[in-house]
Amino acid sequence: MNNTKRTWFQKYAASPYLVWCVIFVIAPLAFVVYYSLTDKNGNFGLANYSRMFNGETIRVFLISLAFAFVSTVICLIIAYPLAYFITKAKKKHQNMLLMLFMLPMWMNFVLRTYALSFLLEDTGLINSLFKAVGIGQVKLIYTSGAVILGMVYNFLPYMLLPIYTVMSKIDKNLIEASEDLGCNRIMTISKILLPLSIPGIVSGITMVFVPSVSTFYISQQLGPTDFMLIGDLIENEIKSTAGVYNYGSAISFVLMVLIFICIAVMNRFSDESVEGGILV
Amino acid sequence: MENTLLRLENISVRFDGEPILNNIDLDIKDKEFVTLLGPSGCGKTTTLRIIGGFVTPDSGSVYFNGKLMNDVPAYRRPVNTIFQKYALFPHLNVYENIAFGLRIKKRSEKEIRDIVNEMLSLVNLKGFNKRSVSSLSGGQQQRVAIARALAVSPKLLLLDEPLGALDLKLRKDMQVELKNIQQRMGITFIYVTHDQEEALSMSDTVVVMDNGNIQQIGTPLDIYNEPKNAFVADFIGESNILDGIMREDYCVSFAGHTFKCLDKGFGINEPVDVVVRPEDLDVVPKEQGMLVGEVTSVTFKGVHFEIIVDIRGFKWMIQTTDYYPVGSTIGLILTPDDIHIMKKSEYSGKFGDYSSYSDELDELSENTEAEE
Repeated sequence: MNNTKRTWFQKYAASPYLVWCVIFVIAPLAFVVYYSLTDKNGNFGLANYSRMFNGETIRVFLISLAFAFVSTVICLIIAYPLAYFITKAKKKHQNMLLMLFMLPMWMNFVLRTYALSFLLEDTGLINSLFKAVGIGQVKLIYTSGAVILGMVYNFLPYMLLPIYTVMSKIDKNLIEASEDLGCNRIMTISKILLPLSIPGIVSGITMVFVPSVSTFYISQQLGPTDFMLIGDLIENEIKSTAGVYNYGSAISFVLMVLIFICIAVMNRFSDESVEGGILV
Repeated sequence: MENTLLRLENISVRFDGEPILNNIDLDIKDKEFVTLLGPSGCGKTTTLRIIGGFVTPDSGSVYFNGKLMNDVPAYRRPVNTIFQKYALFPHLNVYENIAFGLRIKKRSEKEIRDIVNEMLSLVNLKGFNKRSVSSLSGGQQQRVAIARALAVSPKLLLLDEPLGALDLKLRKDMQVELKNIQQRMGITFIYVTHDQEEALSMSDTVVVMDNGNIQQIGTPLDIYNEPKNAFVADFIGESNILDGIMREDYCVSFAGHTFKCLDKGFGINEPVDVVVRPEDLDVVPKEQGMLVGEVTSVTFKGVHFEIIVDIRGFKWMIQTTDYYPVGSTIGLILTPDDIHIMKKSEYSGKFGDYSSYSDELDELSENTEAEE
């Protein structure tokens, strides 16, 4: 085989993906940018962006980022120890355990969130239980807590899977070497396991943070009545006047830039310690 | 025994019902270089892991300086391990890898710097402090692993086939270096290998293992010259192992002859295994030979020729510096010193006949001819 000359097949094998990329990634992105820079009559200008600089919209942005941040942190706190215990389980049990936590992911997202709201209702299962044991009715649904719970519940598998994958690939000899050199269990986790699983943590954070920050269904189903996240704002804007996408596109684009900045900052942190295995 | 550093008493281990170690007893003296030698699956690595604290034996006791260690976790044992695949921490550079154990022991920064630098020069890696471990060659990684284990000044160092992944030349160099380090630092080494040459050239004591049992413990010379059974004789070096009958003290019959020998203490007419090392046989013209046979194959090995001779149906291996062509008839003589007698064991009849060996060579030479 001659390595320098590529065959016809090698040259054009990637072209379907290029077409895909143009139609479904680059073109839509260009449209978003185009719409964000024009008004409904097609005149160019930054009006859509300047319109965002009002207290209400900025507040929605900040709340969205804050909620996404909190739910990502909670996912991490739950998923990291969980991944650790799964890797500690016997090999043949590991897949089953993992499956238990992955299974909800196979169910429809809307259905899951709807079921959650059913559980949290004033007359729902949890409150019935509370009443039965004498705690009394607790306001659960239509609260910020319910929104966070919805995000954590829906996105936890996306945190668990990458962390588990990276952690299970860590050489067992390294753990033994660390114990051999005098580290107890806790020190081994903090000095060896944690630094080596950073790539998994970073992918997990990315995969939970991004959908959390742009979700809209969860906040509508579980949040307070006037509660709004960026996703809701965009949805309202696009739906309100049929065929007019300009302001919604601008919000969308700003959100994209914000997410990009968040991920870039995070990758900077992880780059310093470990190479490879990082999303984006 | 005086100066016993480590004692294994009646250790048994099973994995999934399979016996891995059966009632192992072993005493290791201070400052000794002990090698656990055996084929893969013989239990040598498990023995090492029991000492390191990574495997808990089903029964038996581990004593260190007379103190029972069974329930002491790995991180509290005064023992360090050099792992087969080095197990260097990939997120730390060379300096931090070596400093790792010292930092756990909360030594001062200055002390750590001094010790790490001393270790780096000990393993000939001066100036490698800041290098990432993944940028090092296999041999260099091995040296870092040695430095990391020695930095915490263990009383006992466990080495699990530490040179297995290195090429032959590097392995030889590292053997010499390891032996030097062991003598200079006065540390007890327990070294696991399946390479008999490595075991013989480095050790004070060799422990030959097979099937979860210790077959023989002795100095390299003892193990080579006085193997206890057919397994040891075959595993350590090349051996011709024949069925023989011990006529009386100092007199044994095999291969259709009766020979004088130096062994005694067997029963009259007791069946025995007779070991003759290929390098001990002297080739003479057939008229003068005690044994006469036809050469069936010759292989050039560099220092010597390896000749397979068919004597009354038994294929003998002989190492000689003279060339004898295939098909020629030669004589062999044996002096009493060349004959070693062993009691019959479960291994009798399984080893020491080179008929399959020569067939293999025949096939090989046929293939090369066909290619030409």
